[in-house]
Amino acid sequence: MKVFLRQLRPATLVAVVFTVICGLVYPMAATAIGQVAFNDKANGSLITKDGVVVGSELIGQNFTAAKYFHPRPSAAGAGYDGGASSGSNYGPTNPDFLAAVAERVTAYREENGLSDTTLVPVDAVTASGSGLDPHISIANARLQIARVAQARNLTVEQVGTLVDQNTDGRDFGFLGEPGVNVVELNLALDALGS
Amino acid sequence: MSWQNFIQIGLLVLLLLATVPVLGRYMANVYGARADASAPFDRVFDPIEGAIYKVCGIDRKREQRWNVYAMSMLAFSVVSVVILYAMHRLQGSLPFNPTNRPGVSPMGSFNAAISFVTNTNWQWYSGEIAISHLTNMLGNSVQNFVSAAAGMVVVVALIRGITRTGTRNLGNFWVDLVRTLLRILLPLSLAFAVILMSQGVTQNLRGDKIAATIDQSPVDPADPTTAITEQHIPGGPAASQEAIKELGTNGGGFYNANSAHPLSNPNGLTDILEIYAILLIPLSFVITFGILVKDKRQARVLLAVMVGVLVLFSGVAMFAELNGNPALTSIGVDQSSSIIQSGGNMEGKEVRLGAAACGLFSGATTGTSTGAVNCTHDSFTPVGGLAPMLHMMLGEISPGGVGVGMMGILVIALLAVFIAGLMVGRTPEYLGKKIQASEMKLVTLYILAMPFALLTFAAASVMLKSATTYQGGAHGLSEVLYNFASTANNNGSAFAYQGTGTQWYTTTQGISMLMARFFTIIPALAIGGSLAAKPRVPATSGTMPTHTPLFAFLVAGVIAIIAGLTFFPALALGPILEHLSF
Repeated sequence: MKVFLRQLRPATLVAVVFTVICGLVYPMAATAIGQVAFNDKANGSLITKDGVVVGSELIGQNFTAAKYFHPRPSAAGAGYDGGASSGSNYGPTNPDFLAAVAERVTAYREENGLSDTTLVPVDAVTASGSGLDPHISIANARLQIARVAQARNLTVEQVGTLVDQNTDGRDFGFLGEPGVNVVELNLALDALGS
Repeated sequence: MSWQNFIQIGLLVLLLLATVPVLGRYMANVYGARADASAPFDRVFDPIEGAIYKVCGIDRKREQRWNVYAMSMLAFSVVSVVILYAMHRLQGSLPFNPTNRPGVSPMGSFNAAISFVTNTNWQWYSGEIAISHLTNMLGNSVQNFVSAAAGMVVVVALIRGITRTGTRNLGNFWVDLVRTLLRILLPLSLAFAVILMSQGVTQNLRGDKIAATIDQSPVDPADPTTAITEQHIPGGPAASQEAIKELGTNGGGFYNANSAHPLSNPNGLTDILEIYAILLIPLSFVITFGILVKDKRQARVLLAVMVGVLVLFSGVAMFAELNGNPALTSIGVDQSSSIIQSGGNMEGKEVRLGAAACGLFSGATTGTSTGAVNCTHDSFTPVGGLAPMLHMMLGEISPGGVGVGMMGILVIALLAVFIAGLMVGRTPEYLGKKIQASEMKLVTLYILAMPFALLTFAAASVMLKSATTYQGGAHGLSEVLYNFASTANNNGSAFAYQGTGTQWYTTTQGISMLMARFFTIIPALAIGGSLAAKPRVPATSGTMPTHTPLFAFLVAGVIAIIAGLTFFPALALGPILEHLSF
C-alpha cells in the first residue's frame, strides 16, 4: 500500500503533463494542419448551393420524391440523421428484420415498375452500418433510372449519363467498392433542370 | 471475391512487410536494445524527456522491482479513472462544449472511465449524442494514448525479466511510459491523422453544421409534418482521435457508427490504412521481442502463430459475409457479386467498403483487442459473427493489443513449454530460464482470468430476467456472449442491438474490463520479476528448442485447446445453433 501511495504523485503529474501534450498540443497541431492544408475536407466536405450548405459529399440524405434517386434504408434517427449515426443491428435471423426486408422488396418493385420476379439489389433493401451511407450500388441506380427519367421528362440516356458521371470507382482501381453517390447525383439532376 | 479484393489484401501485406521490421527495430532501440542505450533522434527527444522527468519528479536512473512497476501502473490507472470519471460527469459545465452535451450518469461514467483506461473502449452510449468535444479530446483520446503506452511498457518489463539474470529490477515504468508516448505513439498518430484528413476525416473545433436538405418532400406523402428539412453535419476533432484509436488498438469511436461512419472512414484507401494501423504496432512488437532477446528465430515462431490465426479468422469472416444471408435470397434479394454490385450480406455494411473489407476489418479488430468496426457485427451471418467472437475468446494474441498481445503469447508459450516438458519428463525451460511452480501458478491465474470474467457474467445475465435486453432466439445468447467476450478481452466491439446502458450491464461489464486488464498484467509482471532473478541455464541436448515449427504447432494447439474446452458448449447454443436454424 505504501508503495502504491508513493507512486500517486508521479502518476498525477504524468497524467496532467500528457493531458496537455496528447489532449491539447497534438489535436491542436492536427487541427492547424488540417485547416490549412485540407480546409474543405477537415470541415466535413460540405456542399453549398447559392451560398447555403445543402449537405456533405460524404453523408447520404433522405430522398423520397419520385424525381430523385433513392438512397438505402437508414437506421440513423428518422433516416439519415447526421447527429445519430447507427446501423439497425438486426441479427440475420430476426423475424422483424426479415419482414422489413420483404416489405422493402415489394415497395422497391412497385415504385420502379419491376416485375414480381425481378431480383432486388441487396443494398436497396438493407440498412448501412452508419445509417449515413452516401452511396448505392450501380445495379440499384440502374433500376431507378427509368422512374427518375419519367418523373423529370428526361430520356433514359440523359439520366444514365449522369449516373455514370457520379459513380465513384475504387480508389486506385482496387481499393474499396464502386458506388453511385446519391447526393451528388441528385444535385446534378437538379442542376440539369426538370 | 473479386480480383480487386485480393490486390487490396496484397497491398496490406506489402505495407506491413515493408514497415513492420523497421518499426520493430526502432522500438527495440527505444527500449534499450543498443549496448550504449542510445536511440534514434535522442537529440530531439532527450531534452523534452528531461524536462518531463524534472516536472514529474522522476529519477530516470532508478529502476523498479516488479511489484513497484505494477504499483506504478496501477496508480496511474487509478488517477486516470478518477480524472476521466470527473470529466464525463462534469462535461456539461466545462468549456469547449459547442454541442451542449450534459454530464453523463454516475454508472455510465464509471463504465466509460474504466473502458478507456483499460484500453477497451467499450461504448455503451452513442459517441456523437453523449460525449462533448472536450471529453473526447482531453479525456477519451488522452487515455487512448496513455492506456496503449501502459500496455506496451508492461511487456517490455516482462521481456527484461527474460533477458536479465540475478536482478529483481524490471526498469522504470515512468521512463518507459514517457519514451513510448513521445517517441512512438505521438509521431505515428500525427502522421496518420494528416493522411486521414487528406481523405475527408473531419478535424475542426466547431459543433454541428446544419444543412438545408435537398429533398424536402414529406417521407409519408399523406403527412406533411414528416418532411426532413435539415441535416446535422457533425464537427469536432475526429481525425486526431481516429488516428490513435487505430494505432493504439483502442477502438473508441468519435461517432456511434465508429469506422463505418463516412466522416471517420470515407473511402477504400482510408479503410485499408486503418486496418494497417491496427496491425502495425502489435506485429512490430514481435520483431522488437526478437531483437531484445537477441534471438530472432524465437520471434519468427510466435509471429507465424499470430499471423496464421489472424488469416484464418479474417478469411472465415470474409467468405461468410460475401456469401450473404440465405434467408434474404428466398425473398427475392440479389446478393451475388458482380461488376455492378459488390454483393454479400449488406445489412450493416457500407457500399463503398463492401462485405469483403468488412470481414477483413473484423479479423484485424478482434485479433488485436481494438474493437473499432467498419460495419455492424451484430448483423453478421451466424458463421461470420462466430469468427470475430471466437477470435476474441482466444485471448487476443493474434497479434493482440499493443504490448499486451505480445505479453499474452509469451504466457501461452510458457504454458506450451510446460505441457511439452510434462510429456517428455524434463524441466521446462524458455529462453534459458527454468519454468517452475511459481511461474506456472501465475500463468494459470493469467489464463483463468478471462474465461471467468466472461462466462460468469454472461451466465448471470442470461439467468437474470431483469437483464434481458437482447434479441430473441439463439442470436440473443450470441449477443450476451459476444459483449462479455469483448469486455473480458479489453476489445470494445459489440453486438450492439443489446442495450448495455442499464445499471446491470454498466456495472458488470465495467468489472469484467478491470479483471481483464489487471488480472493479466499483474501476474505477467510477477512472472517477469520471478524470471529476472533466475540464472540462465545453458541449452543442452535435453533442452526442447522453442524456435522450430513443432513449437509453433504446440503453441497453436495450446491456444485452440484452452479456447475449445472453455467456450465450445456456449458457442454451440449461440452462433452454431443459429447457423443450423437457417
